[in-house]
Amino acid sequence: MPQGQPTRDNGTTMTGAASLIRSLEAVGVDTVFGIPGGAILPAYDPMFDSQQIRHILVRHEQGAGHAAEGYALATGKPGVCMATSGPGATNLVTPIADAHMDSVPMVAVTGQVASAAIGTDAFQEADIRGITMPITKHNFLVTDPAEIPRTIAEAFHIATTGRPGPVLVDVAKDAMQAMTTFRWPVELDLPGYRPVTRPHAKQVREAARLMASAKRPVLYVGGGVLRARAWRELSELAKLTGFPVVTTLTARGAFPDSHPQHLGMPGMHGAVAAVTALQKADLLIALGARFDDRVTGKLSSFAPNAAVIHADIDPAEISKNRVADVPIVGDCKEVIGELIPAIEAEFAAGTRADLTGWWRQLDQWRENFPLGYTPADNGELMPQYVIERLGKLVGSDAIYVAGVGQHQMWASQFISYENPNTWLNSGGAGTMGYAVPAAMGAKAGRPDATVWAIDGDGCFQMTNQELATCAIEGIPIKVAVINNESLGMVRQWQTLFYDGRYSNTDLGSRRIPDFAKLAEAYGCVGLRCDTAEDVDATIEKAMAVDDRPVVVDFGVHRDAMVWPMVAAGTSNDEIQIARGMAPEWDRSED
Amino acid sequence: MSKHTLSVLVENKPGVLARIAALFSRRGFNIDSLAVGPTEHPAVSRMTVVVDVEDSPLEQVTKQLNKLVNVLKIVELDPGQSVQRELVLVKVRTDPETRPHVLQTVELFRAKVVDVATDAVTIEATGSSDKLSALLKVLEPYGIRELVQSGVVAVGRGSRSITDRALRPVDRVA
Repeated sequence: MPQGQPTRDNGTTMTGAASLIRSLEAVGVDTVFGIPGGAILPAYDPMFDSQQIRHILVRHEQGAGHAAEGYALATGKPGVCMATSGPGATNLVTPIADAHMDSVPMVAVTGQVASAAIGTDAFQEADIRGITMPITKHNFLVTDPAEIPRTIAEAFHIATTGRPGPVLVDVAKDAMQAMTTFRWPVELDLPGYRPVTRPHAKQVREAARLMASAKRPVLYVGGGVLRARAWRELSELAKLTGFPVVTTLTARGAFPDSHPQHLGMPGMHGAVAAVTALQKADLLIALGARFDDRVTGKLSSFAPNAAVIHADIDPAEISKNRVADVPIVGDCKEVIGELIPAIEAEFAAGTRADLTGWWRQLDQWRENFPLGYTPADNGELMPQYVIERLGKLVGSDAIYVAGVGQHQMWASQFISYENPNTWLNSGGAGTMGYAVPAAMGAKAGRPDATVWAIDGDGCFQMTNQELATCAIEGIPIKVAVINNESLGMVRQWQTLFYDGRYSNTDLGSRRIPDFAKLAEAYGCVGLRCDTAEDVDATIEKAMAVDDRPVVVDFGVHRDAMVWPMVAAGTSNDEIQIARGMAPEWDRSED
Repeated sequence: MSKHTLSVLVENKPGVLARIAALFSRRGFNIDSLAVGPTEHPAVSRMTVVVDVEDSPLEQVTKQLNKLVNVLKIVELDPGQSVQRELVLVKVRTDPETRPHVLQTVELFRAKVVDVATDAVTIEATGSSDKLSALLKVLEPYGIRELVQSGVVAVGRGSRSITDRALRPVDRVA
């Protein structure tokens, strides 16, 4: 992003709206996802003339928000979405909350009713600043056109620095219509915003000391490593220490799945080796992770014998759920960068625990309890097979974007992620409907990349209208609908915990709608595949299309379940590898 | 649970009180008392928040508050190292017979009468929470008709000021 450069038009008189667009250009925005409407209309007029900004007209504001998230994660640049006041703005609430939970840098610009009308229950008025206070990193209401450039600069600064997150800028219509003098560059006025990125040297030394002597250490890697773009440092740290690595749902791709030190994903549907390694560890090195309940299971029984080194850029995450023995506040790139020489020094001084026994045990778990699935008795197509083949045929350079539910877990488990930022999903918020618009955003930001949305039939029906956007705007994403004609994850819980009483989880989506026809109606290629024999050929057919979006409706076995599983609220020690089946631990372990 | 007094310096901007109040409510922390007002610096307001929490959730409150962009500084004031005061205005029922007793109480507590009616007096008193609750206990038998109480305001003892370095000059430019 251009910083601090005097920019063209500095000192020029223009409308507040023009100043808004010039400010967005000045911070380097090239893509905006949005829908115009009454209060934001003034901004759309100067945007029409912008040579720099491509506005992608979406079909629903939620799509704009998720697209901005997908764009941000795929490119590393902040995503931008725009909407009008009232319902336009409230439709952004879900993606804003989603971005907040997963620390996605995003700026939402909304139009607000004229300042004189604020508070009068005017037409399409909603207090979007009030509504989004708890789900944004920060938000602004601008009523003075002179404040527009500085506010935009501050919004992007806040969204992209420290722990990234969504920032909303609500601009009153009259502030956009009034004349103002555009000024750039601008001084940021954020005296209360000082993110700490440099770790404390003493804490780093203490961490290195613990790491050098740990007998059963695990690197517990979270999404913060991706946000900090610290994958190279992580790789170096892993190489130096020889420690096992687990990557959480939001960190998949931060460390190559094929790497021999990678144990996989921990958590509710994590790999047995990853979950158990955390449980039996004597030292956890949490890097940009937040001890989410989906990772820890019952918190009081999580990793009972482990000391904890917790590095995070957000001090409020440290000791929030699990008390840290060594807290390190800092950016993961800097933290890991400083840990490496500190550990080298420990090793050089002769402190280095022997990890052979630990690795023998880890390898045994890995060998005895690999990820897998049992084919259906009736020979129906298995969802895991579809996803596994997709990963193999499409490869690890593509970007995969999932919705939320069973298909998301399988996509996390059965695709090998080798590169950072190739796995996009809604982790913290668990937002169904994320996949199609987020894939659209990713493809808009990385047109050279192959982008596959792996969606469920439930999720897909929440946001598939953005296929129209994709088709018209020339954003050829590919969508694999894992169609088990039900809200699969909910159904799985009904199978396990509600006696198989399938209350309201049957979507009938093998009959209605016809996804292939729906895709065709949206100007996409629609394909269908119901048998294992056709999977490869269908994927190849989809891969051959590059001028339009493609939707493949994979009709799969509806009783397939996600395993392993740690039931909600139970200890990770009670992980099951299939229904009612605990892993048979080798006696030698204890 | 134990009470903690936090002095929170915030930017004097619209919506800041809402952000702080919402944060307490969202994170499930109870505010015992809250007082907001200007400081010697026009751009800075000061909130005194009394919360009833254990030490470890208190750390979480402080960290979450610190994440608010408009929050400049948070200091926990130790009761032994600070002066903490509340203000109370209380309207007490009086008749010719009880009035002298009430006035005597006012004097004993170094409070003052700020309004007199034929059947009531309004008393203004400042002091620590303990002193004020003692006063109210003594006045209660006469009949308290109306009572309004401010939140605690507090300041550290000695010459140091917590506002000194709160507004650092900003040299960042976008």
